Amino acid sequence: MNKHFLGDTTVLLGRSLRHIARSPDTIITTAVMPIAFLLLFVYVFGGAIETGSDSYVNYLLPGILLITIASGISYTAFRLFLDMQGGIFERFQSMPIARSSVLWAHVLTSLVANLISLAVIVLVALVMGFRTGAGVLDWLAVAGILLLFTLALTWIAVIPGLTAKSVDGASAFSYPLIFLPFVSSAFVPTASMPGPVRAFAEHQPVTAIVNAIRDIFAQKPVGAGIWAALAWCVGILVVAYVFANLTYRRKIS
Amino acid sequence: MSIPPPTAQVEQPAIHVHGLEKSFKQLRVLRGVDIDVARGSIFALLGSNGAGKTTVVRILATLLKADGGTARVAGFDVATQAADVRQAISLTGQFAAVDEILTGRENLVLVARLRHLSEPGVIADDLLRRFSLTEAGSRRVRTYSGGMRRRLDIAMSLIGNPPVIFLDEPTTGLDPEARIEVWQAVRELASGGTTVLLTTQYLDEAEQLADRIAILHEGRIVVNGTLDELKQLLPPAQVEYVEKQPTLEDVFLTLVGTKTEKEQR
Repeated sequence: MNKHFLGDTTVLLGRSLRHIARSPDTIITTAVMPIAFLLLFVYVFGGAIETGSDSYVNYLLPGILLITIASGISYTAFRLFLDMQGGIFERFQSMPIARSSVLWAHVLTSLVANLISLAVIVLVALVMGFRTGAGVLDWLAVAGILLLFTLALTWIAVIPGLTAKSVDGASAFSYPLIFLPFVSSAFVPTASMPGPVRAFAEHQPVTAIVNAIRDIFAQKPVGAGIWAALAWCVGILVVAYVFANLTYRRKIS
Repeated sequence: MSIPPPTAQVEQPAIHVHGLEKSFKQLRVLRGVDIDVARGSIFALLGSNGAGKTTVVRILATLLKADGGTARVAGFDVATQAADVRQAISLTGQFAAVDEILTGRENLVLVARLRHLSEPGVIADDLLRRFSLTEAGSRRVRTYSGGMRRRLDIAMSLIGNPPVIFLDEPTTGLDPEARIEVWQAVRELASGGTTVLLTTQYLDEAEQLADRIAILHEGRIVVNGTLDELKQLLPPAQVEYVEKQPTLEDVFLTLVGTKTEKEQR
């Protein structure tokens, strides 16, 4: 590892955060769709959905948080793509800096931006009647899972950011990620789904993560579910990280 | 920040390229390019679009790996000592490599920080002054004109005083006034001892700036020399008497041609 890695990453992170501060619309846009889903499902469909939970907003929030992340990370691909398009990426690459810091700065920026969006969504949910008995440690656990999930998805986003040929291509990859929660326990209990769909829903990462967060918020014992959730996050993270770095290395050599 | 030069490299040229080859799939872009650029000189690489000028620059700037041949910049091999090369060079690509969302000053500070220099703010203010951008320094680059962007781009390349600078088509797309400003900046650089390799498709640009000129054609350097040497390659001027009635085309071209030439001066 290069001795300048931390310093260079900090400088480049400062640059990207400044971008976000100057166009906060990226955070607003990220938050609008999840808020719309919250309103739609809590006030329109929610009454007809039997979840066995006391309030539907309590049931729904974890899934909405994951949708927020899935839509938020597309901006990482977008920002990385813009850097590649302009000459600034090549300028950085021809400078005596730690080369991996260029990617890490974008990844850390994604963590910060998504954290802000998530906080906005939680506030909206609280206004809509979301309640939890979770204490500080529980909230930290939830934040940890969400950060890990953000990190994993962000490294996925790095790949189209590096390889896309157009702006649309750079962000289109996130659509399947946004819709994955619909075929999970995020909106309705999986028990209500027909066999094959149910099998898929119960064995995909969103269900595991949603269930773990829901249990923490509901102050239920999380049991083995939390390990499944963490395993999914770490697994996706490792695979995405490796592929993103392979792509990067191919791109810069 | 400067790196102490190994003693052995003092007599070496700033840029030494030998037998450089590069193919993109089936397309052989470079087929054995040889170039030597003396320290402190301005070297122009001429060629039509797609001749491979940018490929040469990208290899020298460690952005691309060559398929064959050797290239040394400031005494360092671009393939095996890429980090040292990056310390010694700076690249101004074909498209202004500036951050549009940041201000001009922030762009300069960013590069100074990434070059690990102390007092980045002082360096930024100094360069803004030298490139007449002081007033625009606090504005976002998005609002800059093409000429201002290019000036900022070149100013960013000067941070840390790298001994070798690559300018890839520095004046493409600029209006004549901005072009002259860029030329002025390049001349100042070379007079300060910096080695400049620039690519261009404008012949007059090479004529104006370069100490030596090389023409890249079909993957090879076909000629390489000073302007005077290149002129001698053509057969000496002969005097012939031909009686010829001027056509309207001749009249038009003579009149219009002279006029545009005057305007350019």
